[in-house]
Amino acid sequence: MKVVVVGAGIVGAAIARELAMAGVSVVVLDRSASAGGTSAAGEGNLLVSDKGPGAELSLALRSLTLWRSLLPEVADTFPSIEYETKGGLVVATTDAGAAALRAFADLQRTAGVSAAEVDGLDYEPDLNSAHTAAIFYPQDAQVQPAIATEALLAVARRHGASVRQGVEVLGPLRGGDRLTGVATSGGDVSGDHVVVAAGPWSGEVARRLGVELPVRPRRGTILVTTRMRQRIRHKVYDADYVGAVGSDDAALQTSSVVESTAAGTVLIGSSRERRGFDERIEARVLSAVAAKALVLFPFLAGVAVMRAYGGFRPFVPDHLPVIGPDPRLPGLWHATGHEGAGIVLSTATGELLGDLLLGRAPRVPAEAFAVDRPTLRPHLEPSPDQ
Amino acid sequence: MSAETPDVLVVGAGPAGLAAADAARRAGARVVLLDAAGDAGGQYWRHLPASRPAAAERVLHHGWDRFAALRGQEVLTDAQVWLAERHDDRPPTLHVLVGPADGSDRVRRTFAPTTLVLATGAYERTLPFPGWDLPGVFTAGAAQALAKAERIAVGRRVVVAGAGPFLLPVAASLVRTGAQVLGVLEANGWRRLARAWSARPAELLSTRHKAGELAGYVRDLARHRIPYRTGTAVVAAHGTDRVTSVTVARLDADWAPVMGSERRVPADAVCVSHGFVPRTELAVSAGCRLTRDGGVRTDENGLTSVPGVYAAGEITGIGGADLALAEGVVAGLAAAAAADPAGGGISAGQRRDRTVNQRFAARLEAAHGIRPGWVGWLADDTVICRCEEVTAGDLRAGAAATGSRGLRSLKLSTRAGLGVCQGRVCGRTVEDLLNRHTGGLLDAGRTETRPLAAFVRLGELAAGADKEEPA
Repeated sequence: MKVVVVGAGIVGAAIARELAMAGVSVVVLDRSASAGGTSAAGEGNLLVSDKGPGAELSLALRSLTLWRSLLPEVADTFPSIEYETKGGLVVATTDAGAAALRAFADLQRTAGVSAAEVDGLDYEPDLNSAHTAAIFYPQDAQVQPAIATEALLAVARRHGASVRQGVEVLGPLRGGDRLTGVATSGGDVSGDHVVVAAGPWSGEVARRLGVELPVRPRRGTILVTTRMRQRIRHKVYDADYVGAVGSDDAALQTSSVVESTAAGTVLIGSSRERRGFDERIEARVLSAVAAKALVLFPFLAGVAVMRAYGGFRPFVPDHLPVIGPDPRLPGLWHATGHEGAGIVLSTATGELLGDLLLGRAPRVPAEAFAVDRPTLRPHLEPSPDQ
Repeated sequence: MSAETPDVLVVGAGPAGLAAADAARRAGARVVLLDAAGDAGGQYWRHLPASRPAAAERVLHHGWDRFAALRGQEVLTDAQVWLAERHDDRPPTLHVLVGPADGSDRVRRTFAPTTLVLATGAYERTLPFPGWDLPGVFTAGAAQALAKAERIAVGRRVVVAGAGPFLLPVAASLVRTGAQVLGVLEANGWRRLARAWSARPAELLSTRHKAGELAGYVRDLARHRIPYRTGTAVVAAHGTDRVTSVTVARLDADWAPVMGSERRVPADAVCVSHGFVPRTELAVSAGCRLTRDGGVRTDENGLTSVPGVYAAGEITGIGGADLALAEGVVAGLAAAAAADPAGGGISAGQRRDRTVNQRFAARLEAAHGIRPGWVGWLADDTVICRCEEVTAGDLRAGAAATGSRGLRSLKLSTRAGLGVCQGRVCGRTVEDLLNRHTGGLLDAGRTETRPLAAFVRLGELAAGADKEEPA
């Protein structure tokens, strides 16, 4: 069996690894370089703390297990993927926020998430002492997402996959009513199946192959400080983050996510805004992100930011990844729509897609991620604004 | 935050920016000229602060009289442009912090000019070699700055090496500070230098004062018995705590070291320069297109690909101060005319001045441009990115392990260029080396993409949080 994977980001890489290890002949195509899009523009969050009970949380919990199990594969032959089980600390700064945070944690515990209310200053001595509640999530972890992507691709290559960079999908190859490959800028590439894992660009790739998929970019911006002595030990974010992740609002929303990296810099996120593929970095966004971060850690006021970068999250209207076959075009598969959680969800996404494609029993419920699920079905027709 | 709206905003008060602002002012435009430094003059007219002037500035600086005439303008100093917000159909909105960079009370200002002249100059380009991170190794620009602005010599026995005419004034400045210059080593051979500099001699006539300037430096060298060696380079520096000697080798026409030509020379300082890189981050943020050489693409008026945005000086390609002045005049007049079409135009003489000096810049590149053989003097453990201590071997291993053809990905996996200089020192070199190791990067040029053009404290950013409106 031969499978064409479109997209050399973390989701495409995880799928390529999964399929190649199962003996499938895999070719990965990317119109640019590997790990050059969304996968290189995030923080590398492996979070369960921001997810309520449901299909996405199940996928995340399964993913964390898979992340741990694949570490030995990438331990020796690669720069470290900087996997760190540092734990997340979610902080409320108002009384109402504290009550909502506690209620959310109670719900999460019923679904297998460890969440303990703690004294925030025990975990983060430099945290704003005026906070109203702090919940510690020991399962939250972090990787360096670009290195993790390259590491997964390297494993796939070791199992026979090929990765072709600078090759752009232009249209479908069809045999009867079936997709039999893709026409590309580098010639025709045939396959028994084509998996589109092009992140926020998946909608465009799907359209070129003849189907509509409601994936849109949701802009994010991150600030990077100069190196400093480590004063932030966990992934620390304000409780507003959960609300921003689940929001449908296209307007700018910011919530603070602050953490140290292995390199000694501090990453500060994050903003969410739907405005197409607009790459501009704007002062109003940077200011809003900075102001939220200072609420958590006032000492950061004197710390210099040396870099800002932005990226595009793959957003779908019902906030769930799309993983599985496209019933409208046999031979076409999707794996996208992970929004800001693609790094953590990549491993179980790869496994689930492999399960479905190879006829194995899925280890997580697949229906919730189906292309034609009820909450996504109304969006599968071309919308007037496109 | 309400934005200020001058007719012409000029960023950078070196020769190009001073000339542009002066020309625009004479044409009647309302001009704001700003510079990140505490005083006007740029890198070229670097001088002692006005509070302790030197008697001999005119002797130490070429074109000092021209500077003296231009420096009387109002300049907004200590003004760091940290962000340019692109608008595509007009100049970007510039966000500026005004005040000493180490001070705690910088003032935020925002400019939405009718036209913008970018005159941000260039960074020095220094190719790495084994031992270049030892104390005692200076960029020629740093040595020149110490000599010009502080009257400090970098060492007693100094070797000056690299490529380009800039090596000559550096050697001259060192001599004036009392250092013994053991030699000036130019990487290019006589054959290439002669071919570039002797072609179309009539063209050179109009820039003969510049040729004369260079000849003056050469006479200086001869008077002090300083050898000028071509086809030669410092390929290693040695020492434990600091430089005690260097290895000098002959180079072939592609700058590859000639085996067996190496010899050790005792020295306590090395000054190296291999040219300059246009400082384009603001231009890139503004949406300006670049040339293949990495300069900002302009038309004959200095207009970039973005309406209302002009560029002048080294940012458009490396050509020296005379070209910068000529480009500044033209861009300043064009910007003023675009902001107020009723104003005056550009004279034929002003245009000719610009063209003539551009031909000089082309010669400079033909004679002194970097050749690929230099990688032959690298060792695996030679540090390429000094901020993050990434070696030549790390870059090769990173490319081999990942198979990536992406500069972004390879920077993230090797950490090259991610440190405090943000690739300003090593970016071009990292890109060149990775281009070799990957068979061609697919996202080349990203090195110049730095949305944040200067460091900003989080407190300074946050202070604008409630006042910002979408531009």
